[in-house]
Amino acid sequence: MTVAHVLDLLNTVPWWLVVTVKAVIVLVIVQTVFAYSMLFERKIMAWMQLRPGPNRVGPWGLMQPAADAAKMLFKEDLTPKTADPIIYKLAPFISLICAMGAFAVIPFSESSAGIWGVADVNAGILVIFAITSIGVYGISLAGWASGSKFPLLGAVRSTAQMISYELAMTMSVIGVLILAGTTSLSGIVHAQAKVWYIIPQIFGFAIYIITAVAETNRAPFDLVEAETELVGGFHTEYSGLRFGLFFIAEYLNMITVACIATLLFLGGWNAPFGLTIVPGLIWFVLKAGLFIFMYIWLRTTLPRLRYDRLMNFGWKFLLPAATLNLMVTAAIVAVLG
Amino acid sequence: MNPYAPVGIFLGVAFLFAVAFSIVPGLAAKKKPNDTKAEAYECGVEPTSDVSGRFPVRFYIVAMLFVIFDVEAASFYPWAVQMHALRTFGLLEMIVFVVVLGIGYAYVWRKGGFQWR
Repeated sequence: MTVAHVLDLLNTVPWWLVVTVKAVIVLVIVQTVFAYSMLFERKIMAWMQLRPGPNRVGPWGLMQPAADAAKMLFKEDLTPKTADPIIYKLAPFISLICAMGAFAVIPFSESSAGIWGVADVNAGILVIFAITSIGVYGISLAGWASGSKFPLLGAVRSTAQMISYELAMTMSVIGVLILAGTTSLSGIVHAQAKVWYIIPQIFGFAIYIITAVAETNRAPFDLVEAETELVGGFHTEYSGLRFGLFFIAEYLNMITVACIATLLFLGGWNAPFGLTIVPGLIWFVLKAGLFIFMYIWLRTTLPRLRYDRLMNFGWKFLLPAATLNLMVTAAIVAVLG
Repeated sequence: MNPYAPVGIFLGVAFLFAVAFSIVPGLAAKKKPNDTKAEAYECGVEPTSDVSGRFPVRFYIVAMLFVIFDVEAASFYPWAVQMHALRTFGLLEMIVFVVVLGIGYAYVWRKGGFQWR
């Protein structure tokens, strides 16, 4: 059988089967990336704090994610008697599905055969924002259904924080859309073949980074899980793998916003300095990885913000700044074309 | 094939993944319930009162403001992708829109809608 035969055979496979296989592959890879980005976070944080970090399970601690998963599997699954049992179990589910769903439209690279991704739709950025913003429901329902005080407070706090910063986030990327003239993610990457949008859209990028950190509830914006005030925040009552689902969702959201930053501002899979010898996928992973490293760096460097300052900053500074950025971009495009 | 069909299939597969994640641990984990475990953990000590479900009204205000400003943000999107074609006309239209919006924003600011105490 030659290569041509194999290709002919592949053409007879129904498209939905191809999509399903692609979806499984993407999700498995994404889960693996999650597991190891968690290990690297612990390692890098340890080095920044002059500790060795996880180093007992396997060489260099590389089996740590597997050990964590096994531990979570055998944890007893508790539901408090004050909780609403159905919503309590549904909430982590919603968080996780929304976090995973965003990867449906992310293009990772491209070759002559087409885009490397599950779906290439013309409103990619809108689909991502639509799916990830439903994830807020997971958090607010979790806090509501736990039947406990601190989760409730943590959930209303985090909902207010996430919707406030989501606003500035959706506004901060409009500058990119004005320049690219499309909402298709692959189209935006193609439009950056000459100049990455981080250069003309440096203010939009800065606002995007700040809102992205707040949107994923990471330090210094991790008010949601401010231990000193709220115990564990919205997931105080969750144990075992149900807690694990929230944890996975948080990390997948981090990876998603890193991918969006790469696609919108850092040129996606376009190679810098004409280094096209390195495949586009490697560049994509490096750029997104740089972003995740920045997350960890911020976490070890900055103390947590106070809640009133966080909200004031979002509404009184980031929102007007994002609007100003997009109007200036529009004015430049209107004048220069 | 509709280009959005793969998104639906992907969400279906993600749903199955999530189902697997939440069923499998139930099979492996031991279950030894007792009264103390069934209490809400809260902060480690026994809960002193029931949850009233009440929280500051400020959070509702934030939610309402979010709805207003998010609808506005969504209306920027179709305009943004057409900016190269609309040029000066599009810019002037949007300046009017942002001024109207700015009046509402200034009103909320003046009334203390963004003030967090």
